[in-house]
Amino acid sequence: MTQSGVYWLQQILNALQLGSIYALIALGYSMVYGILTMINFAHGDVFMVGAFICFLAATLLKLPFVLTLLITMTASAGLGVLIERLAYKPLRNAPHVSAIITALGVGLFLENLTLAFYPYPQHVPPLLHNVTWQLGGVALSSLQLIVISLSLTLMLVLDYVVRRTPVGVAMRAISWDKTSVPLMGVPVNLIISITFAIGAGLAGAAGTMYSLAYPVIDPYMGIMVGWKAFIAAVVGGIGTIRGAVIGAFILGGVEIMVVALLPSTYRDLVVFSLLLTLIVIRPHGILGSPRVQKV
Amino acid sequence: MIAALKQQWQRALDARWLVPCLLVSGLVLAFAIAHFGLLNNYVQLVLIYVGINIILATSLNLVNGYMGEFSLAHAGFMAVGAYSSALLSMKVLPVAAHPALFHLAVLAGGLVTALLGLLVALPSFKVRGDYLAIVTLAFLMIVKSALENIDAIGGPRGISGIPRLTTLPWVFCWTVALLWLIRNFVYSCYGRGVLAIREDEIASDLMSVNTRRVKVLAFMLSAFCAGIAGALFAHLLQFISPRVFDVVKTTEILIMVYLGGIASIGGSILGAALYTLLLELLRPSTVAGLLSWLPAVVFDPLNDYFIRHLGVLRMIIMPLALVLVMLFWPRGILGLREFRGFIPRRDRRAHGATRLKGTDAHDAADSH
Amino acid sequence: MTLLTATKVRHCFGGLCALADFNLELHQGELMGIIGPNGAGKTTVFNLITGVYRATEGSIRYRGAELVGLTPHQITARRIARTFQNIRLFRDLSVLDNVRIAHYSQTRYSPLEALLHLGRYRREEQRIIDDSRGLLAIFKLEHLAGETARNLPYGSQRRLEIARALAIGPELLLLDEPAAGMNPAEIDQLMELICGIRRQFELTILLIEHQMKLVMGICERIKVLDFGETLAEGSPEVIQNDPWVMEAYLGGGAVG
Repeated sequence: MTQSGVYWLQQILNALQLGSIYALIALGYSMVYGILTMINFAHGDVFMVGAFICFLAATLLKLPFVLTLLITMTASAGLGVLIERLAYKPLRNAPHVSAIITALGVGLFLENLTLAFYPYPQHVPPLLHNVTWQLGGVALSSLQLIVISLSLTLMLVLDYVVRRTPVGVAMRAISWDKTSVPLMGVPVNLIISITFAIGAGLAGAAGTMYSLAYPVIDPYMGIMVGWKAFIAAVVGGIGTIRGAVIGAFILGGVEIMVVALLPSTYRDLVVFSLLLTLIVIRPHGILGSPRVQKV
Repeated sequence: MIAALKQQWQRALDARWLVPCLLVSGLVLAFAIAHFGLLNNYVQLVLIYVGINIILATSLNLVNGYMGEFSLAHAGFMAVGAYSSALLSMKVLPVAAHPALFHLAVLAGGLVTALLGLLVALPSFKVRGDYLAIVTLAFLMIVKSALENIDAIGGPRGISGIPRLTTLPWVFCWTVALLWLIRNFVYSCYGRGVLAIREDEIASDLMSVNTRRVKVLAFMLSAFCAGIAGALFAHLLQFISPRVFDVVKTTEILIMVYLGGIASIGGSILGAALYTLLLELLRPSTVAGLLSWLPAVVFDPLNDYFIRHLGVLRMIIMPLALVLVMLFWPRGILGLREFRGFIPRRDRRAHGATRLKGTDAHDAADSH
Repeated sequence: MTLLTATKVRHCFGGLCALADFNLELHQGELMGIIGPNGAGKTTVFNLITGVYRATEGSIRYRGAELVGLTPHQITARRIARTFQNIRLFRDLSVLDNVRIAHYSQTRYSPLEALLHLGRYRREEQRIIDDSRGLLAIFKLEHLAGETARNLPYGSQRRLEIARALAIGPELLLLDEPAAGMNPAEIDQLMELICGIRRQFELTILLIEHQMKLVMGICERIKVLDFGETLAEGSPEVIQNDPWVMEAYLGGGAVG
């Protein structure tokens, strides 16, 4: 393989890794938006809290990786449901914007709460032993492979849940028509809580993956990563699961490409400019369908 | 007896000379405080911040509250105003020579930002709601990123050494002037068009409202004011960098708007004042100072367990308080209501004898 | 003279056609009605004329100029106004403001004058208020000027919608089920009102309605739609006695 070929393969792996993490977060945004037409602005901070829970599990409890992952996902899921029950449920019939501001408030609360305990960035100890294989000049890190494969597995599981299980069908039904579904005996509140739990659980997984890939975490990391994952979900078509994944990998790809080609300070500039253009050209995203207003 | 007194009070509030009188006394007071040092520098600083935040909140309210959009670009507007005015006053205009040139720099900063507002308005023709939120967020990020990458204006390190020209009386003047402009806009056919867009954009188009023009005007006015606030901010802090104008800053302004109440000038004043003052009040040093009269046996444990940690605690309490406010007043404290004084007399009379939100039944007695 | 001409208009949503081969000729000063069962395509006609939808095929001409392809705002600028099947008032705004907003196109001051209260601003604002109150008075809504639109009784809301449409100063007025939900006494008043404003404002009126009393009472010509196609067209007597129409829509017997 040529030198530049090796380099690009490396970048592709980096992009896949970054995209996987974005995808796990973007899915939470998409699912909640699909079912409640609401942007859960606190979601990025749930991801951040997940990363810190992972940090705690690793440093205090010194648990093996799989257990850490499970605990993080469960705790994050619980956090997601808690937020939904306490802050979002009471505002379901309030003006749309109030729910958004509440979400922002919850996010701020989580950030500052974490900041209170950890004013400085923390280093997460290695959760897994990293093995690097040299394959024709490309450095394959086992960590990268694990992040990518685990994330893909979770996405496939989610896809199965949404398309084949009763819960998933109920979720899709509610996102199509919120008013008539309860009349068919579907426990709407329960399904909504489950949706939040799944979304938050995936965000917790993303937090663990992030700690694996980039071991330094800080309370403000949820803002940037969260907003970017959200934009990725919109680009892919918010409300659709496949759209979220596609958007996330596009974002990951674009980010890595930009850093590879241009000075790294241009990263955000180019990424956001591209995303802006995409959204203006096709607001409903790649896989989304335009909303038709009846007059 | 009480009713008669109440009527007298309402009549007084309606008097033509009331508002000009209040404004003049306000200006005199502001000038006196600044010139004679009637309040210490810290308190003056806080008051200046209140003024700047009022401008920011009210201008954002125009787009987010009155027009019902969800724009996240406001910190970006502030940044453009701050940078352009700072560059003007430091490199182009000899502000040291003529203080009046400072206001020219501020005004220019506002005008440059208004042009950016025009740009931001364009996507709003096609996209609304959550999608516009993202577009405006992207704008904010692009502005911030662009500023970080232009080394000629300091790059990530920003600009320092900006002359300190923002004073209390000037902030008072600018705040009053901009609030007057916004209020005039709101109670004109363009402002009514803005409200119509929030209610039902399709119906507005069909009722002859030029929604594109109205959106452009609203965004430009909003950006203009935010730019001026940014300019005043720059010449107060004397140092600006791209990091200051990020999502967190926009979120702060959003909180002021929604806390005080959407579609309400009075609401924005309330929200900005509440937010700024509470945040300052809840500093460890302030609270310690205020409670210093308590006996040591009460004060010391209070200090150890509570006051000392206020710096961190307040940033936890504040968003919680915001969530609580949203749960009970989803539209904000003064949402969709307005102080009588801001509503033009003509409007008050035209709405006649029936109940108008924010006024009371004594309107019937006052109108003819 | 012919004011509005629709020629071979066809409108389809994906595979479903709401309107097929629709033709219409409306003369200046006419009062014409469109009737038909629900889903017949009546509101689609209004949406096509006002530019909310763009006709898949065909042409709609107003005073000779093509309307298909124009934006709703451009079409309204040609002085075509409408009301809506499901009331679309500005619900959180006052009754007066609802009517004032529709005066937008007739406002003669610039943004700068508005911002600084210069020049024509004060005069125009007073003129708009006076105009609006005048319109409200015609519809007996003047005493409710300060009331929030959503608080009005249903019948008053419908009348307010018409008042608001008139504020544009239209030449052609499209009324979509103006009598929906009204009791017989209100319908009588509405019939008088429509005839009255037609005279006063020299309007051409096209209306959609299910209330036969109103349609047969005031319309000069009636068009019957069903499944997007024209079943019949003619004067009220002709329509009442048309066997197809009676079968499909009127229920087989004569209508009172």
